Amino acid sequence: MVEFSLPKNSKPTKGQHHAAPAGAKNTKRFDVYRYDPDSGANPRIDSYDVDMDTCGPMVLDALLKIKDEMDQTLALRRSCREGICGSCSMNIDGGNTLACLKPIEDCKGAVKVYPLPHMPVVKDLVPDLTHVYAQYASIEPWMKADTPPPASGERLQSPEERAKLDGLWECILCFCCTTSCPSYWWNGDRYLGPAILLQAARWINDSRDEATGERLDQLEDPFKLYRCHTIMNCTNTCPKGLNPAKAIADIKIKMVERAG
Amino acid sequence: MTQAAKPVSRPLSPHLQVYRLPLAAWLSITHRITGVGLTIGTVLLTYWIVSAAYGPDAYARFAGFIGSPIGYLLLFGFSVALFYHLCNGIRHLFWDIGMNYEIAETKRANIIVLLGTVVLTAGAWLLALAM
Repeated sequence: MVEFSLPKNSKPTKGQHHAAPAGAKNTKRFDVYRYDPDSGANPRIDSYDVDMDTCGPMVLDALLKIKDEMDQTLALRRSCREGICGSCSMNIDGGNTLACLKPIEDCKGAVKVYPLPHMPVVKDLVPDLTHVYAQYASIEPWMKADTPPPASGERLQSPEERAKLDGLWECILCFCCTTSCPSYWWNGDRYLGPAILLQAARWINDSRDEATGERLDQLEDPFKLYRCHTIMNCTNTCPKGLNPAKAIADIKIKMVERAG
Repeated sequence: MTQAAKPVSRPLSPHLQVYRLPLAAWLSITHRITGVGLTIGTVLLTYWIVSAAYGPDAYARFAGFIGSPIGYLLLFGFSVALFYHLCNGIRHLFWDIGMNYEIAETKRANIIVLLGTVVLTAGAWLLALAM
């Protein structure tokens, strides 16, 4: 359902201000979304003046510095700090990206940090990903084949067949794209969203997979696939430079082609 | 589809409130708005044709309305919506055959659609007013 405003319990209020330590000359303000599930209060926006002279270059560096030195109650997901794990995806400066890949100097003025948009919030910058993971499981993201593998043990691909997976296998499931999509905001209960559809394309395009028809059948639905209206937010925001919109278009084209 | 278990009522994170929509997204919602506008505007076209069929008096009433400042404004809005929807509709045809998905191509198409709308609208009005 299209609902432009936030529910009453979700409207952020003004939070606390955390000043920089004394003697800091070069500071930058970070406005960070905070939600404490134990307090029962609405989310709030806390601001932190971070000393840039002793801070790393990326937004993740600043968030970890805040957690280490200014406010230990801040909760966020992170792991690899180099754009491989997809844990620190969040909304920074109005766009979805990985905090570890987002240079602080790219943000003009105060750096605004929110969780991934239109998601249930567990705590602070940590969204509940249960539903997107369930959607991922629904496309059965594993190779399906009825024919026995060759005696050598491996199902081989030509370089051309393998190339069809390029731009798809690199996805790290950070869900920046899915949560940037207005269509997913309004119909996320039934629309699979760009990340899951890109994964679906990854298996549909795999020459070794023998369930292509079955996979297309499963997507032939007014909501699962066809709520994509080519808004292009997914491709515009992907921190890995992938093209979910193109992957979705390829699935739509395959639907038409098989109909003959 | 399994639903997430909800032990507590979790807040919904901000979306439209914080997302800085790229130009392509604005053009996408404009496509829908102009589509709705054109549908409603069709009532005006119907009125035009019906009034012509009705007779000289009815047609004169229509002509009086459409010649008024409000009538001109409606016509202008309709023409902008029409040409925008046309240009962006052609862009959708390219998308439907799998073309124009790279970010640079999208940005270029944004400009072409907007320029096309301005040129076609201006051209149509210059032609109409000159006649």
